[in-house]
Amino acid sequence: MDTDQLIRTLAADNTRARPVGFVLALALLAAAPVSLLMFFAELGVRPDVMIAMRNPFFDLKFAVTLALATSAILVSLHLSRPEASMQGWGWLFMIPAGLLVAGISGEMMMPQRLPMMTRLVGQNSRICMTAIPAMSLPLLVAALFGLRHGAPTKPALAGAVAGLLSAGLAATFYASHCTDDSPLFVATWYTIATALVTAIGALAGSKVLRF
Amino acid sequence: MREREDEWTGLMRSAISGDNAAYHRLLKAIAPVLRAAARRGLARAGQPVDQSEDIVQDILLAVHLKRHTWDANAPFAPWLFAIARNKLIDSLRRRGRRVFVNIDDFAETLPGEPAAETASASEVAAQLESLPARQREVLQSIAVESASIKDTAAKYSMSEGAVRVALHRALASLTAKLREQ
Repeated sequence: MDTDQLIRTLAADNTRARPVGFVLALALLAAAPVSLLMFFAELGVRPDVMIAMRNPFFDLKFAVTLALATSAILVSLHLSRPEASMQGWGWLFMIPAGLLVAGISGEMMMPQRLPMMTRLVGQNSRICMTAIPAMSLPLLVAALFGLRHGAPTKPALAGAVAGLLSAGLAATFYASHCTDDSPLFVATWYTIATALVTAIGALAGSKVLRF
Repeated sequence: MREREDEWTGLMRSAISGDNAAYHRLLKAIAPVLRAAARRGLARAGQPVDQSEDIVQDILLAVHLKRHTWDANAPFAPWLFAIARNKLIDSLRRRGRRVFVNIDDFAETLPGEPAAETASASEVAAQLESLPARQREVLQSIAVESASIKDTAAKYSMSEGAVRVALHRALASLTAKLREQ
C-alpha cells in the first residue's frame, strides 16, 4: 500500500475516540470494587472509627493519600500527551509530601505518650506493606489500561505515575483500617509500600505503554 | 515555517470537528516533512534510506489513532513531532541500532528541500495479509480500489456503520502488528 492510499484510508476513517480522562475514569471505577472487596474481605474499617475521626492525625492520613492520588491522576493525564514533560508538573507531588512533613512537625510539638521510634515502628507495618500493594494491583492494571489509550512518549515515567495513583487510592482504603495514625508511621511504611507499587508501575509501563 | 505550522493547526482543528477534506489535506502536507526526517534519521543510523516509507506510514497511523490526545488549544507541530520522534526512535531500535534522534530532524525541514520520491513501503502491506478477512477486504476496498465507505458497504452487503467499524479495527490492528513485529 503506498502512502497516498494510506492517507486516503485514514481520512475515510472518522471514528471518534474518547478522551483519555474518560477511559481512565471508567477503568478505575471498574477496578475499585475489586480492591474494595479485598479490603472488606481481609481488613475492614477499624472498629473505633467514630472516635478516631476526631483525631486530626487520623484525618491527615486521608489528606495525604488523597492528595497523592489526585496529583498522580492530573500528572498521568498530562503525560498521556506525547509532547508532555514533567516540567512544571512535579511540584504537585510536593502537596502530599508537604502535608506529611507538616503532620510530622505538628506531632513533634505535641506531648506524646509513646516514644518516637515506637510510633514510627507501629503495630501494622507488615499488613501495611502487603495490603497497600495488593489493593493497588487491580487499580494499577486499570490505570495502565486507561493510559494505553493515550500516547505517552515516556512510558516508564507514565507507568510510575500510574503506580503512585493506584497506591494513593489503595492507601486511602487502607488508612481507614490501620490503627497507626502517627505521621511518622505513614511517612515510613506507606512510603515504602508506595515506592514498591511505583516501581512495579514503571516496569509495567515501560512494556505496555509503548504505542 | 511558522505559517506552515499555523496552517497545520488550523487544518487539524477543522479535522477534529469532522472536516474529512481538511484532514486529508493535513496528512498530505505533513507526509513529505515526515519523509525527509525519516530519511535523515535512517542516514544518520547508517541504514538504507529506502526504508523511510515504512516509517512514514508507521507515523501516520500513530498520528491517526492518537489524534484524540492532541489539545485543540495547543499548536499542532510539537504534538506531531513528538509522535514522529517516538516512532522514528522505535523503528530504528527495531532495526537494531541505538540512535539519538534530534528533534531538529523534524523542525528544520527546509521549505526548498526537494520532496523525496514516495518509496515503496512493504511493512504495512505485509501485515495486511494477517488481518481477519472482513477487515482486510474493507481496507483493500477503500485503500487500494479507492472505493467510498458507501460503495464498500454495498459491495460486501454490510451497513456503512459496520464498514466504519471494520476499517477502524483494521487500522488499529495493523498498528499493533507493526509494533509487535
